[in-house]
Amino acid sequence: MIEIKDIRKEFNGRVVLDGISGKFEPGNTSLIIGGSGTGKSVLLKCIVGLIKPESGQVLYNGRDFWSGDADTKRDIRREMGVLFQGGALFDSKTVLENVKFPLDMLTDQSEEEKIERAQFCLKRVELENAANRMPSEISGGMKKRVGIARAIVMNPKYLFCDEPNSGLDPLTSVKIDELIQQITDEYQITTIVITHDMNSVLGIGEDIMFLHKGLKLWEGTNENILDTTVPELEEFLYSSQLIRRMKQSKK
Amino acid sequence: MNLLTRVGRYFIFIGLLFTRREKIGVYIRQILEEAVAIGIDSIFIVSIVSTFIGAVTCVQTAYNLVSPFIPDYVISLIVRDMTLLELAPTITCIVLAGKVGSNIASGLGTMRISEQIDALEVMGLNSASYLVLPKIIAAVLVFPMLITMAGFLSIWGGYVAGTLTGAITPEDYVYGIRADFIPFNVPFALIKTVVFAFLITSISAFRGYYTEGGALEVGKASTTAVTNSCIAVLVADYLLAQLLL
Repeated sequence: MIEIKDIRKEFNGRVVLDGISGKFEPGNTSLIIGGSGTGKSVLLKCIVGLIKPESGQVLYNGRDFWSGDADTKRDIRREMGVLFQGGALFDSKTVLENVKFPLDMLTDQSEEEKIERAQFCLKRVELENAANRMPSEISGGMKKRVGIARAIVMNPKYLFCDEPNSGLDPLTSVKIDELIQQITDEYQITTIVITHDMNSVLGIGEDIMFLHKGLKLWEGTNENILDTTVPELEEFLYSSQLIRRMKQSKK
Repeated sequence: MNLLTRVGRYFIFIGLLFTRREKIGVYIRQILEEAVAIGIDSIFIVSIVSTFIGAVTCVQTAYNLVSPFIPDYVISLIVRDMTLLELAPTITCIVLAGKVGSNIASGLGTMRISEQIDALEVMGLNSASYLVLPKIIAAVLVFPMLITMAGFLSIWGGYVAGTLTGAITPEDYVYGIRADFIPFNVPFALIKTVVFAFLITSISAFRGYYTEGGALEVGKASTTAVTNSCIAVLVADYLLAQLLL
């Protein structure tokens, strides 16, 4: 389980996150949603240890990341898998080498074992045929799937996805969402997804946290989000005509 | 960020390269790859620049030494000493600062803005050490080889230009190359090269590693890396001359 307590972050005096707290349970796909510039990605970076918050705690099964020593941080990081917004694949390596990279760096497995594991993960994301292609030769959706394969290759306990379906067509977006949810269920990992995609919110949002101007304004699930009375969340949700129609038909 | 803060941050960055290092095997492979990228890929430009610099030095020295009291072999003696003391190590390293330095800064800058460095960090790796240390070690190993080649080609370029234009006879040129030779000039040139290699790669890497923003900032980081490296090379050149000669 991941628990965040009173996370506060500011840049040059401008408060970006103001006392965010919450819990993310294993086996659940937890979503952090909100409009652009509301602090979602900064919160994710505070959780994975890329940006140090001014105050607050990030607890991984009770271990505080930010007050831990270098070994604790390294141990926690090795239990994480992160899918970055653009995939963050290494340009000079093939798809297979990208997926195998964490195994090369962090394990003492034999080359055969590493290749077998990397191919298994590529198969899991249905990309076994793209193993020898370079990142520049594959589409945006494929890059995201390679990113997922690399994120799960070390059997992580925690999976983080930063806007996994940004820039993708609706069909590919749904596939990526389903893949993330299947992996979360299958391995019972704690998954946090940053998104502002309403399909994802309604499709895979088992736990949802809504951020607005650095504040947590709402928490719930995809089953009760449409019943919200928080004006900022209503504005966010019903900016889409489709969702407006859904609400009207529900009434 | 003021100059003092930047210099302090640079030294912290250098310290970061040597803490929490990864497995040695990882570095060996990386160093070999970087040595090819830095060394082999620079042979052509270094050859062209050093050959022509030697040729031009010879022709211009001959043009200026018109006194009948100065023997012709002095031309090649000047070419030799200028090559060993300044042209081969310093000018070649300034050329390499442009080629290798900009390449390192833009490469790391692109990795930064496309979150590849973040990806390394969240794996629990020391991204600075993994990405930068092999480049520095490769440059420190390969630059002296390039400079040795540059020195040879510069003197050879002087020979070709001097003898083809009739400015000096082949016998006088060879005599001048051997006359009053100070052996320390060779290790001095190599010591300078090692220092320049470290400065060029570490400054360029520092600029690229801390790039913030987008493609425009990567371009700016690359330009700044070359400018800062050249200034550092020239300052170090002066200091080493004062200290060692």
